Amino acid sequence: MTKRTAFVNARLLDPASDLDMTGGLLAEDGKITDFGPDLFKDGVPDVDQLVQCDGLCLAPGLIDMRVQVREPGEEHKETIESASHAAAAGGVTAMVCLPNTEPVIDDISVVEFVARRAREIKMVKLYCYGALTRGMEGEQITEMGLLADSGALGFTDGIKALTDPLVMRRALSYARTFGLLVIQHPEDPDMVDDGVMNEGELASRLGLPGIPAVAEVMMVERDLRLLSLTGGRYHASHLSTAASINAVRRAKFDGLDVTCDTAPHYFALNENAVSDYRTFAKVSPPLRSEQDRNAVVEGLKDGTIDAIASDHAPHDQDSKRLPFVQAECGIIGLETLLPLTLELYHNGHLTLLEALGKVTAAPASILRLPSGRINRGAPADLLLFDPNRPWTIDEEKFRSKSNNSPFHDRPVQGMAVRTFVEGRTIYTAI
Amino acid sequence: MTRSQTAPDFALYRFPHRHLLGIDGLSISEINSLLDLADAYVAQNRQHDKKSDVLRGRTLINLFFENSTRTQASFELAGKRLGGDVMNMSVSSSSIKKGETMIDTAMTLNAMHPDVLVVRHPDAGAVKLLSEKVTGAVINAGDGRHEHPTQALLDALTIRRRRGRLDNMTVAICGDILHSRVARSNIYLLTTMGARVRVVAPRTLMPAGIERFGVDVFHDMRAGLTDCDIVMMLRLQTERMRGTFVPSTREYFHFFGLDREKLSYAKPDAFVMHPGPMNRGVEIDSDIADDINRSVIRDQVEMGVAVRMACLDLLTRGATVN
Repeated sequence: MTKRTAFVNARLLDPASDLDMTGGLLAEDGKITDFGPDLFKDGVPDVDQLVQCDGLCLAPGLIDMRVQVREPGEEHKETIESASHAAAAGGVTAMVCLPNTEPVIDDISVVEFVARRAREIKMVKLYCYGALTRGMEGEQITEMGLLADSGALGFTDGIKALTDPLVMRRALSYARTFGLLVIQHPEDPDMVDDGVMNEGELASRLGLPGIPAVAEVMMVERDLRLLSLTGGRYHASHLSTAASINAVRRAKFDGLDVTCDTAPHYFALNENAVSDYRTFAKVSPPLRSEQDRNAVVEGLKDGTIDAIASDHAPHDQDSKRLPFVQAECGIIGLETLLPLTLELYHNGHLTLLEALGKVTAAPASILRLPSGRINRGAPADLLLFDPNRPWTIDEEKFRSKSNNSPFHDRPVQGMAVRTFVEGRTIYTAI
Repeated sequence: MTRSQTAPDFALYRFPHRHLLGIDGLSISEINSLLDLADAYVAQNRQHDKKSDVLRGRTLINLFFENSTRTQASFELAGKRLGGDVMNMSVSSSSIKKGETMIDTAMTLNAMHPDVLVVRHPDAGAVKLLSEKVTGAVINAGDGRHEHPTQALLDALTIRRRRGRLDNMTVAICGDILHSRVARSNIYLLTTMGARVRVVAPRTLMPAGIERFGVDVFHDMRAGLTDCDIVMMLRLQTERMRGTFVPSTREYFHFFGLDREKLSYAKPDAFVMHPGPMNRGVEIDSDIADDINRSVIRDQVEMGVAVRMACLDLLTRGATVN
């Protein structure tokens, strides 16, 4: 029996094909089989699920390419199940988790564990990255080929930079053998030292040890030199400084296969968010100066920054309700990714399609996923949303197990109304 | 002017704050209130009968998460001279690591109804965080490299009593500015009060963006000391340093240690301050530290008790008035 879902009277948006038109869409057995302005001109056929879109936007579901789900290991902060509910409510239909779990995802058994849990929960699509080095210790490269065969989408040491240049060279070179993606948290830990926020006047006034902005570009530039030596595919995560964005801009111009992303907090906030020692705004890399924030926006506009990822990093109260230097780094982001990304549209920096592309087509293309676009044969992982609906972010309403967000009380525009994975409704806004 | 056993008239002093967490943000009149009242307590402390009953029935807890001898003793004496009950608690960072968090410790103490908590902590912002969780007044006795407000107040009182004013004084703060909460509190206080502040240090010991603190920045002692009224030396805080900031104490003393020759660039009547404890032969020559004509280091200790009495007095009476 074919399972059919019809979406009628939708504003169809597909960044990958630059599509923005009113029409209908038909999904059969979890795949998009047809769409167009005249699809249901002669009436809606007999379907299992009829979705009246009432002119709202129907777009590919968001793909969040940088998420920490804390399972296995830290289930008191988040689980695959709670993260899945948070994702669905945020319009995210696929997320990719970092390997910094306990145990580390450096073995196919852990990749298979994550996949099995996702199958059991049957909500959003959950992928993972494999560790780039065993135990993320920066010394021995992992079984990348086998890990990729079992489903790892790329390789990274998570929230740690791979610092040893020789290991990085071999990792890039070996990954290229199989055409695999190497992802770096680009920050030189020796330059970070005991720093906890952006170096500058504010850090000096707060008496907090600073992290110089160059700590990021030093690692990015080193990696780009290695990439020009080895070839292969390199992705820099959550860029936050003007200098590193410039470095990637030049490397792209030079023809290197490099991509990068940023997180919403790097274009929606600057270092002033940590005034008063607000640990909810403590992140790694740290929130930067206003000039850097503007450079992130520019990088998104000119395409240097390919994608936006939430960098979802749940932490319980005990990890955040501490003196600033002791508090953990991280912000939850699955449920705020859509409205914060849409701020770029509402503020006139990007078109609606451009903004959506940063969280759909771009991550799909970097990760070589079949989703993230509306075309015949693609998975019917879809998001029905209202780009203009105003609401206020409320930490009480997060579905995530943790509520560490500096965006609490922020008025935003744009809300997920209904989320679908393979045609199946996994979330409906009340 | 001051009578033993009788507290100074509260109506003369305005300090509308629940806590004293830092100098940053205080107004000229608030600083003057604290200094004026401290002046009165200096006189009281020099009398045969030093005790009053301003804090009678009140409980003061000194909660120190970082070792301290002089600041803790100074607060203890200040509390006792005002007739309060004083308890000292030293919490080493190792016992904190055993499980109980700083907030837990604070909540436990809070249940004992202290009127004032005097807190020192190795992390910047920790005292503010603690102040949000307790019901009594909190005085910051030093948090990381952030602030040490009573030190700046006692330094200001020392200067004011020597020179009769703070405005238009030129003060050179020299040494480990980067790691110093004393330097930050002094910069805020002195610039607020209209003094000209210079900071003098090798570039590795200068905080980023210091030029936006309203100070003049020098990297040469002789240039920085030229024609200044007051030389404030800071301790080289090797315990807060990770890695090398200066190559050796010998080289540091050669270029940045205060000796008679470098001091000769300051005004002839310039005096020398140090928050203690001193590293003799590292940032200051013993010859100067012990010269009672140039060094006011012992005055500073005396002013410390009076300033802390003034802070305790204003915060506890403020709580009553409110």
